[in-house]
Amino acid sequence: MAEPVERRILGRMTPSDEEIVINFGPQHPSTHGVIDFVTQTNGEIIRRSIPDIGYLHRGMEKIGETVGYPGFMPFTDRIDYLAAMFANEGYAIAVERLLKVEIPPRAKYLRAIAGELCRISNHWVAVGTMASDIGASTPLTHALREREAINDLLEELCGARLTFNYARIGGVSFDAPEGWGEKILRYLDHLDSYVQEYDRLISLNQIYVKRLANVAVISRDKAVAYGLCGPNLRGSGISWDARRDLAYGAYPEFQFDVPVGQGKMGAVGDCWDRYAVRVLEMLESSKIVRQALAKLPEGEIMAKVLRKPKPEPGEAMGRVESARGTMCYYVVSDGSEKAYRVRVRTGSFMAMGIIEELSQGLMIADLIALIASLDVVAPEIDR
Amino acid sequence: MNAQEIHAKLKAQFGDAVGELTEAKIDPFVTVKSDKIVEVCRFAKSAAGLDFDYCEDVTGIDWPARNLIEVVYHLFSLQHRHQIVLKVEADRSQPSVPSIEGVWKAANWLEREVYDMLGVTFVGHPDMRRILLPDDWVGHPLRKDYQEAGGYHGVTNTRPDPLVRLVQKVDAERKAIAAAAPPPVAAPATATTTTTATATATNIAPAPAPVPATAPAPAPAKKESPNG
Amino acid sequence: MRITTALDSTSLTTRYPKTALATTLFFMLALPFLLYLVLLLMLPFNRPEALNAVAQRLGWDLGHSLYRDTWYGVILLVEGTFVSLYTAVFAGVTTWVERRIAGRMQSRIGPNRPGVFGFISWVADAFKMLFKEDLIPAEADRLLFRAAPYFSMVGLTLPFVVLPFGESVVVADLNVGVFYLTATSAFIVVGILVSGWASNSKWALFGAVRGAAQVVSYEIPAGIAIMVPVMMAGTLSMQGIIRAQGGWPWQWFACQNPAAFVAFFIALTASLAEGNRTPFDLPEAESELVAGYHAEYSGFRIALFLMVEWANMWVMGALAVTLFLGGWQIPGVSVEMITQTRGTDVFPTLVWFGWQSASLLVFAVKTWLLVILFIWLRWTLPRVRVDQMMSLCWKYLVPGAFACFIFTLFWVMVPASVHLASGLVISLGVALLLVKFAVRTRKNIAQVKGARVDLSNW
Repeated sequence: MAEPVERRILGRMTPSDEEIVINFGPQHPSTHGVIDFVTQTNGEIIRRSIPDIGYLHRGMEKIGETVGYPGFMPFTDRIDYLAAMFANEGYAIAVERLLKVEIPPRAKYLRAIAGELCRISNHWVAVGTMASDIGASTPLTHALREREAINDLLEELCGARLTFNYARIGGVSFDAPEGWGEKILRYLDHLDSYVQEYDRLISLNQIYVKRLANVAVISRDKAVAYGLCGPNLRGSGISWDARRDLAYGAYPEFQFDVPVGQGKMGAVGDCWDRYAVRVLEMLESSKIVRQALAKLPEGEIMAKVLRKPKPEPGEAMGRVESARGTMCYYVVSDGSEKAYRVRVRTGSFMAMGIIEELSQGLMIADLIALIASLDVVAPEIDR
Repeated sequence: MNAQEIHAKLKAQFGDAVGELTEAKIDPFVTVKSDKIVEVCRFAKSAAGLDFDYCEDVTGIDWPARNLIEVVYHLFSLQHRHQIVLKVEADRSQPSVPSIEGVWKAANWLEREVYDMLGVTFVGHPDMRRILLPDDWVGHPLRKDYQEAGGYHGVTNTRPDPLVRLVQKVDAERKAIAAAAPPPVAAPATATTTTTATATATNIAPAPAPVPATAPAPAPAKKESPNG
Repeated sequence: MRITTALDSTSLTTRYPKTALATTLFFMLALPFLLYLVLLLMLPFNRPEALNAVAQRLGWDLGHSLYRDTWYGVILLVEGTFVSLYTAVFAGVTTWVERRIAGRMQSRIGPNRPGVFGFISWVADAFKMLFKEDLIPAEADRLLFRAAPYFSMVGLTLPFVVLPFGESVVVADLNVGVFYLTATSAFIVVGILVSGWASNSKWALFGAVRGAAQVVSYEIPAGIAIMVPVMMAGTLSMQGIIRAQGGWPWQWFACQNPAAFVAFFIALTASLAEGNRTPFDLPEAESELVAGYHAEYSGFRIALFLMVEWANMWVMGALAVTLFLGGWQIPGVSVEMITQTRGTDVFPTLVWFGWQSASLLVFAVKTWLLVILFIWLRWTLPRVRVDQMMSLCWKYLVPGAFACFIFTLFWVMVPASVHLASGLVISLGVALLLVKFAVRTRKNIAQVKGARVDLSNW
């Protein structure tokens, strides 16, 4: 493997005499996974930065056609390992729609609790790594410490700390253990007061705000046109949340706000807004988990589904509000035990599409801030 | 608006180019003629009441049995919270569909992925190149008849079965031990030779071999072939 | 569930936290102190006439000037060597202090396994770096690549010659000491530029150019802010500036002049920028440039670069302490009291040595406090962007420094009682602020519910 591959992406770069073309990545501490940003810069100012993805492409969609419906569940963990509960749930919802199966209420509540805990865990990583990319390393360790508590809680639930494989087609795999609810409540009490300290540490820090305010502003129209979703869309001022607006699972029974970027520190839709939306979403998730634990119904956790389900030919779309946006699973069935087509549409993939246009005129440090504020992970982009 | 109403509006505007709404096999879809897809999408985006401002997904499905590739468009409206699924059928031998990148920018990367995975060219796309796979990859993986090229720049994508390799390794070691073993002592009594021979035979291979110590060597080789 | 074996035990730090703290402080002060003891012992003869007198007393004839100068040169060489050793040891000890402090700030422990409370870890790191593979990139400029760390080393070690560690504990009290220090410490930027260029890597070049821009820009406000105490003392000599101050906080230059108070902070900020410390660590911004100008270095060469960064903190801290915080002046003890105990004999009295050690301790404590402040800032604050760093320098610090300078021009004409009054007011204000800070911190800590490490597996 000696000769280098010719890369067509370099044909998009037209450096003048004073400009250079550099690769941000694929190995880089701040690109949130193996992504290459081919950047043409004039000193510090970027003329154009085009992401080159595919370094983590594992052929998930092709695998979905070969392993059968229940067999694909562990693979969905690996599509987004930081918010694996949602990845599991989205696929389960799509196949359950195909099978026309109604899952028991306890399973819906457990999925919601596990999902919201997973959202808190993912947002801790997002805000921590964003602070670390901007240069403050202490918030990262604090955020990971907080996340450890959630890892332990979810380990008690389903045995795994990262790739949970928790949802099943028809329900969930494990029931809540004894005393789990009290542990969660104890952690949530700590969380609600700790977020204020975290804000004092970094969110409201003047240097941090100056780095993020008015940087890479995504206007409402652009956000919708580029198909952004999740905190990226809400950071631009659009109040859209699949939990509230598409009313799936147990979410209609909970009261929660949907935080939206308001341009507190700069323009609406700048990096700070997207960051602030994530911090506030953690508090909202905490509210949801409290309500869910209070109202958790008794009963089965799994509906009656065949070991090797055979849905009738058709197609269904399953949507979940993942931590990173609305994750859509489009499953096409041809009547056999194996899916005919599984398509995963993730928030990170859409977010990458906007980077080329936004990067023009940014400085290198701003590009880092932009990538961090979009909270992209390479496995979601590449699948 | 539900799917019937949306379909009715599209049909009213475009007539024949818009197919019938399939019956709801969970999610109903509308097949649109390939040359009209850009106008249909533009209408869907701008028409009052439809307002499909959000291109949720553009993907493709390969149907070799029907000899076509379906390009599937999931459109969504954030204002009205309704959705519609449009499908365009492209000929499987030369799949080519007009690009809707001008209508929604989100389609830019989504169409690139369809091109990469299924080989559908989108006419009018500003940057039609592969997105996930390297630029010199051969083939389109999500096609049902995709064959791997057997390697990429000298890196193979196959390897021998490790269990088979283990059996081969063990047998080679046994062969070496047998070859290095001292030859049987030339004793006058045949009985001794036989016992030595059988002793060596039972040590080296389970197959009964009543003759000299080198005989067991072919037996493992013969045993190996059913596994290999 | 934690599986414990016979050999596994909770670390010493968690079991004896107060002892850990005390040991940390002891190590911080003791090791440098030991090295300076050598300097202390060479005090009696580190000037030519003193050397002459000692030789006569011992019965040696140093009449021949070349012979005497050779001896003098040897003595200076030995002192200089110990000072260089001090920079290396200090850099190592600072890495340990920094990692421990950073660990506590990040709710973890920091090195605690090698040696007592992890104190040997810096020695282990130094040895490890010595034995690493010597890599030079294929397309790099070999001569410049090899030479770059030594430029930075020169810029680091030369300033130590004028740093006044005690009342007479200084290698060479040049009468242009301040000027010499700012001039020689600028050598570090040569090392940065050369290393970035010679690495033949675009990333290293980015870091080098950013670093050069940063250091050169911040020389201006640093230089002007430094002129403020120089004007108040009337001399460029480091010892002279310290002698013009006193031991008590209201006798320090930072308090005696409101403009000097502001200039102190300007000088501190500029020092952070010159030393490439967060919030100004853009040249080596790990999350952007992957170590910037020393990205291609490994092994001993990068150990030299890192040593320069850490020991430079000491230089910057010592400079700020000398100019603004009273240097080695012991509170309540005037310089005359110390010089009186010297005695007329060739060899000074033991009491004099005691006073020198005391002044050395005062200086060490003050400088360590500033170094800990630098460490604290590094692990709390994020990084500024390049254009923000430049605009901070040119739009805020330079005009501010000039304003302080012009204010001081008039302030020095004001009678000394006004200086004292200003000193009292400012030091009282600072003391009140510190008290308020401590109270607020306690309140913040109490506000967070739940134990911080109340997690089942910890």
